[in-house]
Amino acid sequence: MEKRNVIISVKDLVKNYDDFKAVQGLNFEVYENEIFGLLGPNGAGKTTTLEIIETLRQKTSGEVIVDGFSIDKDPNAIKRIIGVQLQAAGYYPNLNLIELLELFSGLYGVSVNPMEMLAKVNLQDKAKAKYKALSGGQKQRFSIATTLINSPKIIFLDEPTTGLDPQARRNLWDLITDIRSQGTTVVITTHYMDEAEQLCDRVAFVERGQIIALDTPDQLIDNLIASGFERKKEVKKANLEDVFINLTGQEWRED
Amino acid sequence: MKTPYSHTKATLALAKASFRSIMRSPSAVVFTLAFPLIFILVFGFLGGGGTKLDIALAPGSDMENPVIVALEKTGLVRITKDDNLDNINKDLEKGNYDALISVEKNPNGVPAYFTNVKYTSASLDKGNILKSILNEISFNLNTQNLKPTVTEIRATTVSGRLYRTIDFILPGQLGFSLLSTGVFGTAFVFFSLRQNLVIKRFFATPVKRSSIVIGEGIARIGFALLGALFIILIGHFFFKFTLIHGATTVLNMLVLATMGVIVFMGFGFVVSGIAKSESTIPPISNIITLPQFLLSGTFFSIDAFPSWLQPISRALPLTYLNDAMRKVAFEGAGLWDVKHQMLIMLLWGIGIYAVAVKTFKWE
Ligand SMILES: Nc1ncnc2c1ncn2[C@@H]1O[C@H](COP(=O)(O)OP(=O)(O)OP(=O)(O)O)[C@@H](O)[C@H]1O
Ligand SMILES: [Mg+2]
Repeated sequence: MEKRNVIISVKDLVKNYDDFKAVQGLNFEVYENEIFGLLGPNGAGKTTTLEIIETLRQKTSGEVIVDGFSIDKDPNAIKRIIGVQLQAAGYYPNLNLIELLELFSGLYGVSVNPMEMLAKVNLQDKAKAKYKALSGGQKQRFSIATTLINSPKIIFLDEPTTGLDPQARRNLWDLITDIRSQGTTVVITTHYMDEAEQLCDRVAFVERGQIIALDTPDQLIDNLIASGFERKKEVKKANLEDVFINLTGQEWRED
Repeated sequence: MKTPYSHTKATLALAKASFRSIMRSPSAVVFTLAFPLIFILVFGFLGGGGTKLDIALAPGSDMENPVIVALEKTGLVRITKDDNLDNINKDLEKGNYDALISVEKNPNGVPAYFTNVKYTSASLDKGNILKSILNEISFNLNTQNLKPTVTEIRATTVSGRLYRTIDFILPGQLGFSLLSTGVFGTAFVFFSLRQNLVIKRFFATPVKRSSIVIGEGIARIGFALLGALFIILIGHFFFKFTLIHGATTVLNMLVLATMGVIVFMGFGFVVSGIAKSESTIPPISNIITLPQFLLSGTFFSIDAFPSWLQPISRALPLTYLNDAMRKVAFEGAGLWDVKHQMLIMLLWGIGIYAVAVKTFKWE
């Protein structure tokens, strides 16, 4: 693999919640312009790790550098160049999507056209709707729109496709690939392995706060096969998801 | 780096968002505008005509004295001169008379007259009005004759003005409006922003904490002042609420309102910090607002309260806001004249923000 620029480097990252060790000495690097996946079971420490990198949580120890800025010394410089989608977040009450995007452009200190931002995630029709009145998938898409406001170098997406229908998921993959093709680095967590396989250039498997594997999806699969693993049953040429996609079409669902 | 980041812009963006949100929140509008206006309407119509003071002149009083003449000239009093003392005392107790006055010639010459006034606890509001009228009169008489005073304090300028129920009720309602928007509004907003992880999302942007607080504050103050202005104007144009120096008076009232709402927001910050859940906010807020609503002279003059209650009343910040508002609106006092009231509000502000800094939670 060719030598690539490191944009995020995490060294010996430790996070304790009281005496519970949520993250126990993580080491990894994210390269510029790749889609990097953090995978692992519930409670593995993915969100904790992301939010430390996003400067939203205090680490216990370790070192994190984002695009040359240390999270200890320059959290504000980091905030300006990242876009963050939280696993759980809310938006200012009583405002419609346009007004929310205006608010965020003020908070990021940039000027954007809210309609263009909504167009990126295909929510123009909901411009005047309140966030609360959106469906789950539309909420996710709106959250992603808010991460793009400051034209960030890196975006963090914490389970962006959880709760989406199969084609909404695929459309979101297209959107993410698209964002990446414009030079943005993407760090994503997901519980869908097909998604990780399709989307991510490299993935790290995290369990109980430790990285147990880190490589390209291809390499990880090859390693497994080389170790003599075989699928129990040959799969059919299509699965139920293919049926779903085939029956319901490929477009964004508007409602 | 691109353009330098502007904290002012971020603050204003937040203020704008928050203001929009408040304007669309039914509870904010109901508490800040509807409730006070309903009370003003009710009292405005009830006490529409304005007040006259019923005063009994004690039998055997000197009739040919300048005090009584001046009193009658004000047009604010109805003096009954031929009632007997028994009746007078009974009617005083019932509040049918607002006061009993007797004027005696001073045999020693200086001062020329003694004016004795007996007020009644049944009608303390009007008693207070009489007090200031008398002060004014004695001041005028004394300066004319360059003689020592009959009554000791210099009155503020009440002369010839009709003191209507609205002049008492409106400042009280205004204070209540500021109190509820300050306490409830602030507590709910910060609690729900925290609880719904709105603030967490904000923290992922370069915005400073102070910008969030100031932005919210600007919106809240703006909304409160708009409400105050609305209440004052409705009161003035529909119910003849007295604004002595017109726009200047309104401006002074708005300055006081700003000060009041900032202090009350401090309570709101504290409540948002100590509330464990959304449903505990109203009871905790009520513990703060209700006593002030009842004891700070919103509906009745605090002089009407039993004497053991009065020290409590006099400890509450709303009491001073109401008091200052009334002085400014009706008596035409300037801000400097109500510095004492403002100072006490300031002390409350310092105290409550000191507590808020300790109890406020961001996440
Ligand atoms: N604020 C907190 N206080 C105490 N413990 C916490 C806190 N946040 C997370 N934890 C614990 O830390 C561990 C890691 O949590 P984290 O949210 O990082 O997991 P995750 O990998 O994102 O899981 P999921 O896939 O369910 O989102 C969990 O055991 C969780 O209970
Ligand atoms: Mg998570």
